[in-house]
Amino acid sequence: MTEVTNEQAYEVRLRVNGVAYDVTVPARRLLSDALRHDLGLTGTHVGCEHGVCGACTVLVDGRPMRSCLMLAVSAGDYEITTVEGLTNADGSLSPVQQAFKECHGLQCGFCTPGFLTTITAGIAENPDPTREEAREMVSGNLCRCTGYQNIVEAVCVAAKLARGAEVAP
Amino acid sequence: MTTDVTAQPTVKLVGTEVRRVEDDRLVRGQGQYADDVLRGALEMAVLRSPHAHARILDIDVSGVLDVAGVHAVYTYDDLTGAMAEPLPLLIPHAALTHGRTQYALAKDEVNHVGEAIAVVVADNRYLAEDAVARISVDYEFLTPVVGIPAARAAEHQVHADVPGNVAARLEQNVGDAEAAIATAPHRLALDLDIERSASMPMEGRGVVARWDTDARRLQVWTSTQTSTGVRAAVAAKLGLDLVQVDVITPDVGGGFGVKIMHPWPEELLVPMAARALGQPVRFTEDRREHFISSAHERAQQHHVEVGFDDEGRLLGLSVEFWHDNGAYTPYGLIVPIITSTQLLGPYKPQSYKVVFESLYTNTVIVTPYRGAGRPQGVFVMERTMDAIAAYLGLDRTVVRENNFIRPDEFPYDHGLTFQDGRALVYDSGDFPESLRKLKELVDWDGFERVRAEARAEGRKVGIGIGCYVEGTGVGPYEGAHIHVETSGKVKVAVGLTSQGQGHQTAFAQIAADELGVRFEDVEVVAGDTRRMPYGVGTFASRAAVMSGSAVALTARMVRAKALRIAAEALGASADDLEIVDGVIRVVGDPAKSIALGTVAVLSNPLRYAFDEASKAATQFSVGDPGKPPVAEDDEPGLEARDFYSPMRATFANGMHAVIVETDPDTAEIKILKYALVHDCGTIINPMIVTGQIHGGVAQGVGGALYERMAYDENGQLLNASFMDFLMPYATEVPESIEMDHLETPSPLNPLGIKGVGEAGLIPTSAAVASAIEDAEGFPITAMPISPSELFALRLAHASKGTTDEDRR
Repeated sequence: MTEVTNEQAYEVRLRVNGVAYDVTVPARRLLSDALRHDLGLTGTHVGCEHGVCGACTVLVDGRPMRSCLMLAVSAGDYEITTVEGLTNADGSLSPVQQAFKECHGLQCGFCTPGFLTTITAGIAENPDPTREEAREMVSGNLCRCTGYQNIVEAVCVAAKLARGAEVAP
Repeated sequence: MTTDVTAQPTVKLVGTEVRRVEDDRLVRGQGQYADDVLRGALEMAVLRSPHAHARILDIDVSGVLDVAGVHAVYTYDDLTGAMAEPLPLLIPHAALTHGRTQYALAKDEVNHVGEAIAVVVADNRYLAEDAVARISVDYEFLTPVVGIPAARAAEHQVHADVPGNVAARLEQNVGDAEAAIATAPHRLALDLDIERSASMPMEGRGVVARWDTDARRLQVWTSTQTSTGVRAAVAAKLGLDLVQVDVITPDVGGGFGVKIMHPWPEELLVPMAARALGQPVRFTEDRREHFISSAHERAQQHHVEVGFDDEGRLLGLSVEFWHDNGAYTPYGLIVPIITSTQLLGPYKPQSYKVVFESLYTNTVIVTPYRGAGRPQGVFVMERTMDAIAAYLGLDRTVVRENNFIRPDEFPYDHGLTFQDGRALVYDSGDFPESLRKLKELVDWDGFERVRAEARAEGRKVGIGIGCYVEGTGVGPYEGAHIHVETSGKVKVAVGLTSQGQGHQTAFAQIAADELGVRFEDVEVVAGDTRRMPYGVGTFASRAAVMSGSAVALTARMVRAKALRIAAEALGASADDLEIVDGVIRVVGDPAKSIALGTVAVLSNPLRYAFDEASKAATQFSVGDPGKPPVAEDDEPGLEARDFYSPMRATFANGMHAVIVETDPDTAEIKILKYALVHDCGTIINPMIVTGQIHGGVAQGVGGALYERMAYDENGQLLNASFMDFLMPYATEVPESIEMDHLETPSPLNPLGIKGVGEAGLIPTSAAVASAIEDAEGFPITAMPISPSELFALRLAHASKGTTDEDRR
């Protein structure tokens, strides 16, 4: 006889990249899993499931947050931005995305979304980082491919591009 | 038929820093990794052994299927046919007398923590894990064998039918090394150890399968370094014809060797479940699973005896080592064979004896991790070089120089058998020039001044060096298929896979150059068996060498055919034609031209037109009525498939130098400067090559200073998480890596390419050990080394007083 476990589900309205999604999820559903599996936003990657690698970093009200350490049911009050939401309104690449491409800041691309979101928030807070500050900015994210050299470079280039974009009318 | 073409000199793309075509997709979050495809698939979770060594007395799965959302549970008893047989021993070797492989699900016993015992398929991973927790297993505990000393002592056995825990013993000899050592003017003996580490890609293993009940066809997406290998294994194990199985490599989030191992139990169980349930099934491992159920590498202990003359020239070298192969040997003896041969590096040993034993332990299996036995071999050889220099009071670079193979000695035959079963013959290189460049780059000769300045400030610094030669691009072969569509677009497919190396970009550069088309018009697909069913895999720094060469050869075939058809259409001689930006034209008369896409139309005689362009190829438009539309030795379509299969590997090489500072109080080790020279022959894309080396150096630094698998005596992996297994963050890698290139093209392939994928990390542990030894003044004989270990070494040497004897 089948045991119906009847795990209680909760309705939550997730606002992601400016779009509202109504999902019904159990309390234990991680935000990372909800983004990936319920919303199909698979750009957010999961590398360690315990907040160490940073691959799953999303912006929660503009602040970098490890989506594997947040429950979907607790995310309803916030504006969430994933890597898919970083591009400019016209579909062109954001300064950080552009810089990663220009600087060869990615190889396999798996950790990249977490770096992009982290740096997006980082240069918003510090628009003109020194190389040391750039290194510090990405020091909570793991990458196994690049040796970080070009990622640190990309932070500096992204900041430059972003500053340029801001002065443009 | 003529096209207006602006005559422009064709710019060669090979050798230029073309930006990667992969990146636009990846930075937008539009990559498609294994866990991203087939949304909504059922998910599999695995019950893994919590014990390192035990007999399984009973498995109770009752109650599992009572959980809502659970669809199936499988144990060994549910496996039939070939699935119930042990997994393949991928690379058999005559010396592997006691090779053992596991079952897809454990049968009767488990031999390491993490071995798969049962699987559950459910609506999602959460439910599948809930159900796994309901399975209960009765074990009879056996004593685990952990570590090389325990394996050698053999008080307990991993496998009851493998005496002494010895899977294999292999010996190779060149000359009589023992006699040469015995009669040499000077002799040294060293014991040198390297600990376990692992590839640790950011994306773990993942596999998704869909069984199409209507087409009776299986499609498998798997995060692998060999789609063709997985395809063959899945077909054989599930009793399917090869044509019923497609393996598609999605974006792969890093491999570094571990994903060349196949088939993983899950790569078979997922397709099996998908077929049984008639629904797509997925397995995505979590990080802990990656630590305890994929593969590790590196652990080896070595004993060296060496005899040399007053200039430090080797007269005889004898190396005995013990390789920890973990619980099973699915990948054969590749890693220790590489150590035993590549240990020689750029040097001539005069006479050489090497013997190794490959030993079972109750730990995760060992298969190649980037470098694949070379970091150990280079560590052994370079530590030996440093010991000789210290003994004789010579500069470490002078001793190396005195042992180098000279540029005029290529091809250089070592008289040994390499990992591909072929002779170990170096094809090209210029080691003295590499060393000269490196010394200049790091200012080797000016270092004593740096040391004196540091000392005056109460700081300790040291400089170290590591040299290596790497056999890259091993066979047996790789192929390419190139198809020019009637739109002029060029579709390239290669059999091997890509996991971040930028193959889509690099191979497009080659194809565009060879064919004379625009880079933007070339699209490369890698690792999709529907597009290229023949291939081997991405390992041994072989992709650029093997597939790059295959792409070049195939493009040349397509080009020849295009010119032949165009010559006929233009009434010109094929010898007078060139292809520029996708247009074939008569040299010196650019008005006489035809687009490659039009040639593609003409290459395929048609009965039915499907658009304006294709009308030109229909039966009332073209063809000599006196000849068959397709000549006897020809075939329709502007496409070709060709293969590159070299006689043997091509040998890349390089030298690294590192300056470290060791804190006098805390023994913290900091890298102040990292410099390297490498020679990978012709460079396709310098940006990608530099990126590969950056990443390699970072992994090398991890292997030298941070990363190790901490097993306890019970076979429990104590640091199976990113919190405890210390991979370098941006703050742990050198702030800059200074690099110089040397290009000695390989004579073995059409483009002169040598592999570079592993170059960055091969000599890192050796160079860092050399630098720490130089800073501290006592021998460093085991890596990785932590500050606390260095501190302990300081205490030990302080208490007994370091003398020259310690170095001998």
